[in-house]
Amino acid sequence: MKKKIKNLNLNFGPQHPAAHGVLRLILELDGEVVEKADPHIGLLHRGTEKLIENKTYMQAVPYFDRLDYVAPMNQEHAFALAIEKILEIDVPIRAQYIRVIFCEIGRILSHILNVTTQALDVGALTPSLWGFEERETLMTFYERASGSRLHANYFRAGGVHQDLPAGLEEDIGKFCESFPIIINDLENLLTDNRIFKQRNVDIGIVTKEDALDYSFTGVMIRGSGIPWDLRKSQPYDCYDKLEFKIPVGKNGDCYDRYLCRIEEMKESISIIKQCLSRMEKGAIKSQDGKISPPPKKELKQSMEALIHHFKLFTEGYRVPNDEIYTAVEAPKGEFGVYLISDGTSKPYKCKIRAPGFSHLQSMDYLIKGHMLADVPAVLGSLDIVFGEVDR
Amino acid sequence: MNTLNELEKKINSELTTKINNSEIKHDQVYIEIDKEDLLDVILFLKTNRDTKFRQLIDITAVDYPELSQRFKLVYLLLSHEFNQRIIVSYSVNENEVINSLTSIFPSANWMEREVFDMYGINFKNHPDLRRILTDYGFEGHPLRKDFPLTGHTEVRYSEDEKKVVNEAVKLEQNYRNFDYESPWEGTKYIKELKDKNEKKN
Repeated sequence: MKKKIKNLNLNFGPQHPAAHGVLRLILELDGEVVEKADPHIGLLHRGTEKLIENKTYMQAVPYFDRLDYVAPMNQEHAFALAIEKILEIDVPIRAQYIRVIFCEIGRILSHILNVTTQALDVGALTPSLWGFEERETLMTFYERASGSRLHANYFRAGGVHQDLPAGLEEDIGKFCESFPIIINDLENLLTDNRIFKQRNVDIGIVTKEDALDYSFTGVMIRGSGIPWDLRKSQPYDCYDKLEFKIPVGKNGDCYDRYLCRIEEMKESISIIKQCLSRMEKGAIKSQDGKISPPPKKELKQSMEALIHHFKLFTEGYRVPNDEIYTAVEAPKGEFGVYLISDGTSKPYKCKIRAPGFSHLQSMDYLIKGHMLADVPAVLGSLDIVFGEVDR
Repeated sequence: MNTLNELEKKINSELTTKINNSEIKHDQVYIEIDKEDLLDVILFLKTNRDTKFRQLIDITAVDYPELSQRFKLVYLLLSHEFNQRIIVSYSVNENEVINSLTSIFPSANWMEREVFDMYGINFKNHPDLRRILTDYGFEGHPLRKDFPLTGHTEVRYSEDEKKVVNEAVKLEQNYRNFDYESPWEGTKYIKELKDKNEKKN
């Protein structure tokens, strides 16, 4: 007697610890083999782009923190750069170093979260306990500089909001000495771990061609052996003055991407160290009173400062007619802002290009033919954060 | 192509009539084309060995309700080989149907779905044109300029019906959009720009 076999449809998420947020993944299973994956996104859609169109340029900055909330300042960076390019303002060198330091801290924050949760997804609990302790330290740095652990609202067009408080540079320096030991500990747990390798090696392989066709960026494209990093190829701020290497993978599988992230964390530490050693005292934002708000002490004495302050926080600065696309190398890949300004103090259009969006799109291509148990492993190595995918 | 100028020249000489306008600013090439030539131009940019724009970065639209051709479609492409970016754009009317890029770039799939969702622009030959970011059963296209910031409906859990219900938005206070038009000069950069424009005229 012949039995009819029907494929099973499985709803993965939106509430699932391994979905890394609110992903609803509809899987079509033939036994344990995935035939088709259809990600449903948008459960965290907040209309960021619409909101930004209705806010002044300065008011729009906090929305960028809420995109990829694991590495907030990297996103602010892209927006700040876009405005700076249109307005043609220069950023003081100290501000550039501060921005780079905090972007690299963001990169470490994001990579720790990703590496350890990926390990958690495939069954290793300890790395996340060790990693999160370090993330806490890094978020304290965020807090000391900006006043907030996560939603920093720190970068401005023309520099940063305020100077680093006394002692922060030394503490970041100390962290740079202690953190490599933690990376080593994590590597001892994972890199040669038999279970971790069995779950990740040869899973979710991306060829060079497909990495290009599917608009992969960041670790996803470097893991497949294409040495492409915007910090090197299209340097912004002071990245062209710093020395760092671009780790590149060989096989394009989940394991190579893990290795890339570990190496990138080590490079980030070296970048932060270089910045700290070269940083000198100086201005931290553009001295142009029409862009940067005046210091508080001037408000009490200078009429001009008072007017500037009032106008900047009601009307905001105006940005001339222009159209620009700027991208930065965020921890997850190329994060870009396509900005159209129309001469008023609000953006006419601000399209946010999130790396996770195109990575998640390829889920069907990556997971086809794999086992159900590989879904969390592949999802983990994509480094998805729903803040930026859904916007 | 090694420089942006060479690239611009090359594109203009190869595609001649298909390019309506080209410009270099902010280290990027901006070209304007006609709707009909989209696939030809993109395919040329992707495959020609002097351009090699192998990666589609993003697709988006811009809404200009006051223009006769309401939407401007924008395609951002990146060439790793020559480290260059190009921005391709064209304008369409509200009800026009556009060719889908999915046959050239598989990653165009979600990007076009997003444009469809946010602006209500339809794509021809798209394998799966569904809404992507908005809620199941959502109506309207949020990024159009005539869509209100507060939206039309709000969601709440109804204790009586024991389910989530959609209702028309009720606000205690309407959204206030302040008119900041003022004689304040704003940035000096704008002033310089104005002077420059006046000189031109």
